[in-house]
Amino acid sequence: MRKIFLIIQREYMTRVKKRSFVIMTILGPLLMAGTIVVPMYLATRTNEIKNISVLDETGIFLEKFKDSDNFKFHYLVSDINSAKSSFTKSGDYALIYIPKTEVTLPTNAIIYAENTVNISVQSYVRNVMSKQIEELKLQARLRELQTDKNEPVSVDDILRSIKTSIDINTLKIGEDGKESKSYTEINMVLGMVAGILIYFFIFMFGSQVMRGVIEEKTSRIVEVIISSVKPFQLMMGKIIGVGLVGLTQFLLWVVLTFGIVTVVTATMTTKEIKKTTTEQLMQRNEAISPVTADALTIKQAEPKQGGNEVIEAINSVNFPVMIGSFLFFFLVGYLMYAALFAAIGGAVDSEADTQQFMLPITLPLILSIILAQVIIQDPDGAVSFWFSIIPLTSPVVMMIRIPFGVPYIQVILSMVLLLLGFLGTTWLAAKIYRTGILMYGKKVNYKELWKWISYKS
Amino acid sequence: MDLFSAHSITKLYSNHKALDRVSIDVPEGSIFGLLGPNGAGKTTLIRIINQIIAADEGEMFFNGRKLMPNDIASIGYLPEERGLYKKMTVGAQAMYLAQLKGLSHQESLTRLKFWFEKFEIKSWWNRKVEELSKGMQQKIQFLITIIHEPRLLIFDEPFSGFDPINANLMKEEILAQKEKGATIIFSTHNMASVEELCDHIALIDRSRVVLSGLVREIKKTYKTNTYIISYHRGEESLRNFLPDSFQILEERADPDHQYATIKLPADATPNDLLQPILSRVTINSLQEQIPGMNDIFIQAVTQQHPELK
Repeated sequence: MRKIFLIIQREYMTRVKKRSFVIMTILGPLLMAGTIVVPMYLATRTNEIKNISVLDETGIFLEKFKDSDNFKFHYLVSDINSAKSSFTKSGDYALIYIPKTEVTLPTNAIIYAENTVNISVQSYVRNVMSKQIEELKLQARLRELQTDKNEPVSVDDILRSIKTSIDINTLKIGEDGKESKSYTEINMVLGMVAGILIYFFIFMFGSQVMRGVIEEKTSRIVEVIISSVKPFQLMMGKIIGVGLVGLTQFLLWVVLTFGIVTVVTATMTTKEIKKTTTEQLMQRNEAISPVTADALTIKQAEPKQGGNEVIEAINSVNFPVMIGSFLFFFLVGYLMYAALFAAIGGAVDSEADTQQFMLPITLPLILSIILAQVIIQDPDGAVSFWFSIIPLTSPVVMMIRIPFGVPYIQVILSMVLLLLGFLGTTWLAAKIYRTGILMYGKKVNYKELWKWISYKS
Repeated sequence: MDLFSAHSITKLYSNHKALDRVSIDVPEGSIFGLLGPNGAGKTTLIRIINQIIAADEGEMFFNGRKLMPNDIASIGYLPEERGLYKKMTVGAQAMYLAQLKGLSHQESLTRLKFWFEKFEIKSWWNRKVEELSKGMQQKIQFLITIIHEPRLLIFDEPFSGFDPINANLMKEEILAQKEKGATIIFSTHNMASVEELCDHIALIDRSRVVLSGLVREIKKTYKTNTYIISYHRGEESLRNFLPDSFQILEERADPDHQYATIKLPADATPNDLLQPILSRVTINSLQEQIPGMNDIFIQAVTQQHPELK
């Protein structure tokens, strides 16, 4: 154990001290913070108020959408067709349409807009609607309880029974009145970002493992080392060491990005404190019965100071699940692929020879990214399901799916299979690696690799 | 007593036998030469001894008991394919490798400081390996091989890639290690170094041991009772004075002397050679022709494979 720790330590320290690591660590957050802060800054600059018309056929949400500094809501009384045609002429920013429902409470809305709809509008509409519906349900439930006082009741039960998710479709509506679907939902963005991050991380640090193995081979130090440690220890030490480097970099990115964004938004919003959607909702909750109001407040995302709309939208996502599964797929996916990268590094003499073996490894990864579009459109379809279960594609594909909500059983199945995949590739890679690192100047093909795998230890 | 011995080691690769029932016994305190042509299986055997790869059959004993995985702490190995991390500093690298050998951080530091001072290379400590010459790097590698004071040292082709000065330095260090009580195995096909250094040898050819034992005894068995005699120039050829059973293999001359290489009958002694010629020619010198390891090597290998002749 001490030896593997020494190896991890060396792999980690030599990489973290590199200039390229420091540069990447500083540039990454600047770039990412830039992509968050700049649009925010621009948004605060524009004083233009956007008009949003609301066509609420149910009548439940009348006057529930409150005007803010950037948005002004006005309610229409007409039918959807004339609303749409007047919308294209009016120059309004968006049209929210809540169709009439029979018997059940309305849980879906359509937002029409000429351009992509700001995600903050969507999350605001979603929040207002779900709060309103939950309030209605709660009132109904409380009435029920009053008539039947003997029924045992807990706040949790109530909260669970009233929990409502709102479906929002966003449609682009052209000058000609033609509609097309647009994708701006925050969970799409999050899914894509998470999937791409994993893809990027596996490639970047997986190939670092491979290069590290090749370096040890070409510098001829490998035999010196494996006279003191087992090849497997050397391989795992390297994989874990490089993985920790990746994790360090990633965490530094998150912390630094968050730091920069917080500082910048704080300085930006001190002049003008906006009433946030969350605060509005909080006030509304206080009007309800005190017990449930407390419970609802706890459930509520904490009010963010600064009141940035993007951040608010992000707050609507289930982060513990998102972050937990991200870390899992991020790490185990990396471990699985890194073992394969290590095996390639062990089998070849130089980076130029890696081409023929890289294809089978990069193929599933690239396929996952290509499929992302399909998966976003149909996150619960057969393609999405299977590719999020198969270990080689699951790290990326499952992460794209998770923000849309995936049954726990599927997530767990995918995780278990990924762990098995990790054990399998590591076992296979170790066999190739321990033979390969002692072979110099030999052109290796797949037949040869197969022979190495079948050698007994 | 044997510090290390291997019994009937066999290693199979998919299409050939790399080692076929190879046995060697390495007495404590000796320098044991592992000889053989390229591809004979020397490196495979050495890797098996170092437990880098596993034998398919056979047993190995260290210090009188079975060789155990943690015996590698008592073995120092300098592989034929050797190198260092180019981008790491010499000091950090030496510390890393010494600790991998099982030394504590403090112990590694103390020992390395001692050796760096002894080799007068203290100024290299913070330099990157890529800034050092090949000879300098070899010094570091040697130092790392012996840093944990192993009882058994294994050198695979230690002189390959050395210039004569560094090769000599290496040789002296190997002998110094022997003086300190280490047992040494080294593989080579440099026969000159075998004669100078080795007490014992095993000659491996095509996966088998074809010859092994004490160097001086092997030489004795390969002696052919042949002598080289030199005498004054201008005198009659010795052929005229010797009985027919004395075979003259070669005659030559330089400006001062004449030489004859004579193979004696099996029961004859140098005295029998001198007697008939003493009164006829002025003898300058008489020398027994001792077969060099090179000749023995070639002879042993070609005996196994007459087609090579």
